[in-house]
Amino acid sequence: MSDTVAAIEMTGVHKWYGAFHVLKQIDLTVKRGERIVICGPSGSGKSTLIRCINRLEQHQRGTIKVNGIELTSDVKRIDQVHAEVGMVFQQFNLFPHLTILENCTLAPIWVRKLAKARAQELAMLYLERVHVADQAHKFPGQLSSGQQQRVAIARALCMTPKIMLFDEPTSSLDPEMIKEVLDVMIDLAGEGMTMVCVTHEMGFARTVADRVIFMDEGQIVEQNAPEEFFSRPQHPRTKEFLSQILSR
Amino acid sequence: MSAPAFVREAYQIASPPPVLSAGVVGWIRANLFSSPANALLTLLCLYVIWRTVPPLIEWAFFDAVWGSQGRDACLANGAGACWAFIDAKFGQIIYGRYTLAERWRVDLVFVISVLSLGPLFVERMPGRRYLAAFALLVYPVICYLLLSGGHFGLPAVESPLWGGMTLTLVVATVTMTAALPLGILLALGRRSQMPVIRIFSVMFIEMWRGVPLITILFMASVMLPLFLPAGVNFDKLVRVLIGMSLFASAYMAEVVRGGLQAIPRGQYEAASALGFGFWRATALIILPQALRLVIPGIVNNYISLFKDTTLVLVVGLVDFLGVIQLNFSDAKWSTPQTSLTGYVFAAAVFWVICFSMSRYSMRVERRLNEGTRRA
Repeated sequence: MSDTVAAIEMTGVHKWYGAFHVLKQIDLTVKRGERIVICGPSGSGKSTLIRCINRLEQHQRGTIKVNGIELTSDVKRIDQVHAEVGMVFQQFNLFPHLTILENCTLAPIWVRKLAKARAQELAMLYLERVHVADQAHKFPGQLSSGQQQRVAIARALCMTPKIMLFDEPTSSLDPEMIKEVLDVMIDLAGEGMTMVCVTHEMGFARTVADRVIFMDEGQIVEQNAPEEFFSRPQHPRTKEFLSQILSR
Repeated sequence: MSAPAFVREAYQIASPPPVLSAGVVGWIRANLFSSPANALLTLLCLYVIWRTVPPLIEWAFFDAVWGSQGRDACLANGAGACWAFIDAKFGQIIYGRYTLAERWRVDLVFVISVLSLGPLFVERMPGRRYLAAFALLVYPVICYLLLSGGHFGLPAVESPLWGGMTLTLVVATVTMTAALPLGILLALGRRSQMPVIRIFSVMFIEMWRGVPLITILFMASVMLPLFLPAGVNFDKLVRVLIGMSLFASAYMAEVVRGGLQAIPRGQYEAASALGFGFWRATALIILPQALRLVIPGIVNNYISLFKDTTLVLVVGLVDFLGVIQLNFSDAKWSTPQTSLTGYVFAAAVFWVICFSMSRYSMRVERRLNEGTRRA
């Protein structure tokens, strides 16, 4: 894959839920290694947008290309995209009937066809990196929310994705655990991973993001480098949103 | 007025809870005589127990007539349970009318069953997976060949001769084994996005659930042959087995669907985001969780299914209960205690089997739930 191919390329993307127009004319290009933070009020379509990138939702108009692969209803291509894109959810979505280690090895063994020993080696490596290796043989229900979310990140990394999507990864964490998850994400950003994060952690956006995107009513209202975005927001809706969120 | 400032100097250390009631007397007072109404109920229960349990024990054990005493003893005034009847008919109760000289084959099947199925119930059995494959693929074939015969120099024993406990266990195992996978497929079908599959599943489930089992058994044994082309005729037992399996699978499907519905959408999404297709996600992630949730429902179905096997009597298959009932009309054993003894015996055997299933399922549940509580 040449470096000139964008990691994610969305052109003229529209999506409806029934009659409700959730995404309106989304044009977004994410370069390889770029780190994007998407923010906006609830219901603005930011989650739907990143869920379209790995086809958890289908868009109805426009094109989405991930690493040059266009997303159509062709199942084979969607599988290819799933292999390139890792996702971390707000609710962790760990598999509660499997141990932490099994959570991390299940997909590498069954989808990537790695040998069990190799998959476990890889899983332990990533669990080490998110500092939960000592919990490997426990079940998700026995871990704190912060640990669970770090496991979820490790689980996604075990598939060695080229792009990571984060859908409000810290929104359902206890306040004392937000930092440990953000630290792992900052580490990841430092290694040059392409990241798209839906989050309201503005401190994280400032330190990590190359670009901040503000969405409202299903469209991109403003995007800019974090410095500019936070110090000189242009659109009145952005100003209003930032004044609300920063005055907390 | 502002609140007075407070800073804790030392954390309190956790202490044991206060003792509410101590010893046996405390327990009795708290649980049996906590109020006048409770005391009255306790006394009433004690009275009922005193009036029923000792006579029952007397009837079943002290006054009972045992095997060696023979039939005449059962005629004596004040005789209790006529166990001699059960003893005399024991062969029939187990084997039905299975050819006498070939009964060893049933015994052999029983031994094979214990050896190949028994280890499956032992957790942490090495190579359990291969044993399960053997039990699912090879074991039924061996059992079928042994029981029906007609191959390898074994004389054929037609299925109308099968009966007693043997028949009951054959019907129960076959229907239980067939009902679960079929039920899972139907449950998945009912939740499918594809209209054809969904409609078919819904119709299938509603049709079989809406019809009494007896009707299905009659259909299988009497009506079905009328619809089949002339010359095509297959064994009545096979028809009954198919009918009962499909009936049970419709019930099973709804139980499994309950489990599927309890799995949050996030599990499907996480599976899909990791690159799992529908079948793999279902087999590795969704079903293991869903089935675990509905173990009580599945076992409930199994227990009622096991008892329903007695209904095969209506189409002329003589199962465990059927053999006992049939022998009530044996003039040699017509004593005042015969039928009561027979029914008590049948009830006790059914109860032991069903209760074992229930206890085993509780153990499985407890083991599976260790550490897997949902966060």
